[in-house]
Amino acid sequence: MTNDQIRQAVLQIISVIAPDEDLTHLKSDVPLRDQLELDSMDFLDIVMELRKRYSVEVPEADYGQLASLDSCVAYLAPKLTAK
Amino acid sequence: MAPIHYDVIIIGAGMSGLAAAIRLAYFERKVLVLERHYAAGGLNSYYALGGYQFDVGLHAMTNYVPPGTRGAPLTKLCRQLRLRPEDFALVPQYQSEIRFPGIMLRFNNDFECFIQEVIEHFPAQKDNFLRLVRCIRDYDELDLEAKPISGRQVVSSYLTDPLLIDMLFCPLMIYGNAAERDMEFGQFVVMFKSIFCEGLARPREGVRRVINVLRRKVREVGGTVRMRCGVMALHVKDGRVRSVELDSGETLTADTILSSAGYVETLRLCDDCEPEPLDPLAGRLSFVEIISILDAPLKHLGHDTTIVFYNTEKAFHYEVPKELVDPRSGVICCPDNFLYDKPLPKSVIRMTCLANFDGWSGLQEAEYVAAKAEWLPRIHREVLQFVPDFRDRIVFTDFFTPRTIKQWTGHLNGAVYGMPGKIKTGRTHLENLFICGNDQGFLGIVGAMLSGISMANLHVLKK
Repeated sequence: MTNDQIRQAVLQIISVIAPDEDLTHLKSDVPLRDQLELDSMDFLDIVMELRKRYSVEVPEADYGQLASLDSCVAYLAPKLTAK
Repeated sequence: MAPIHYDVIIIGAGMSGLAAAIRLAYFERKVLVLERHYAAGGLNSYYALGGYQFDVGLHAMTNYVPPGTRGAPLTKLCRQLRLRPEDFALVPQYQSEIRFPGIMLRFNNDFECFIQEVIEHFPAQKDNFLRLVRCIRDYDELDLEAKPISGRQVVSSYLTDPLLIDMLFCPLMIYGNAAERDMEFGQFVVMFKSIFCEGLARPREGVRRVINVLRRKVREVGGTVRMRCGVMALHVKDGRVRSVELDSGETLTADTILSSAGYVETLRLCDDCEPEPLDPLAGRLSFVEIISILDAPLKHLGHDTTIVFYNTEKAFHYEVPKELVDPRSGVICCPDNFLYDKPLPKSVIRMTCLANFDGWSGLQEAEYVAAKAEWLPRIHREVLQFVPDFRDRIVFTDFFTPRTIKQWTGHLNGAVYGMPGKIKTGRTHLENLFICGNDQGFLGIVGAMLSGISMANLHVLKK
């Protein structure tokens, strides 16, 4: 997957988890939590959706890497390039 | 033949079990829900009698917020179950009342109105009440490790008028308290937020709507529900449930068992547990409910209140009554009086009072029928202080008792809100057996579903 596809995949997952949020003006370099109402249950869901859709494992120690859209792409790129 | 193996077996197709099943099946666990009854819903279910449809449980769904309200339990619940709030088709209440001798506090789904109402009737308590509200707002009721503290003690440290204290406790206890006389403060906060800060609503089709939405979703994500399929025993070896034996004699196995049958009820299924030391832990608070079908809406008789929580004595008594019923306090619910766009096909009034399980279950059949006939007018007499006389509009009445609740839900003593000592972590003495629902301690219908969700997350998905 290209970086842009990864970004779209993450956005798609967030839109499934939080359909009540408007994602059109989301800033890539700002933590998701500062822009959206996402709690720890929602972050767990991002991780589980990644596993379900792309068989990517995100260990709990790495959850912090999913803070913003940019950091999600940077963290997931090596795991998803082959997919 | 080897028994069928599941990742998770869930005992009970009530709100919590179905919600847990949706989470687990959505994340590709092989899930089976076992339900002994032929109708799903557990304590919030439905039946038909005399050609009429009845709901049990759900008078109104508490925790109602308008769709899209951020951070609210209902919003969290919908996100977790991949449902839209619109799926439940919730219609807000009109207005409800807390009635004590000579005084009435009104509330609707706008919390500011309730604050003003309290200040108007208890001006001397204004600052105290506002401080209590701040304390409630700041309290983290989702902390699973919180130590239980007395709600009466905490609330009395803010409010000094016993009448206001009782008027606040009355609806919150009647709608969700498993303990007699006092209410754990965390539970008080959950109920206060769900009823006063958030609000009441109801799907036009009643509890069926909620159950159908959940069942459809379970199917859609690949979970299985088996009805008329009760669990007879959980066979235990080396600190784990090794197999699940059904009433039919069939045996199943699972990595994890999640039970909504109640803590004591579940442990009684385990073949390593003795029932005698467990039974005193079970809840004892149960209710009778009279449901009457009317030939005209109560609105036409001048009553447009959604729910009346009433108490006819100076002090409010929340305990197992000595007689079969305690009609001195209770709830009157008019399912007609929500803000529907068109009226309900049948008008209904529901009246609910505390009742004594041992008394009702000790009666012979003829005495049981006679007791209902005796208590019906006694309950009417109290209720008619708060609603216009509707008796000549009744076309059909059903009367259920704690015995009925025990029979259909399996909950010991017909306990409607489970055991007083909640087990918030859901853990049991067995490493792969967990509980969800009433005894885990989230309250109301939204709470029950969140209980199933959080136990599924904590004990299965996070692992």
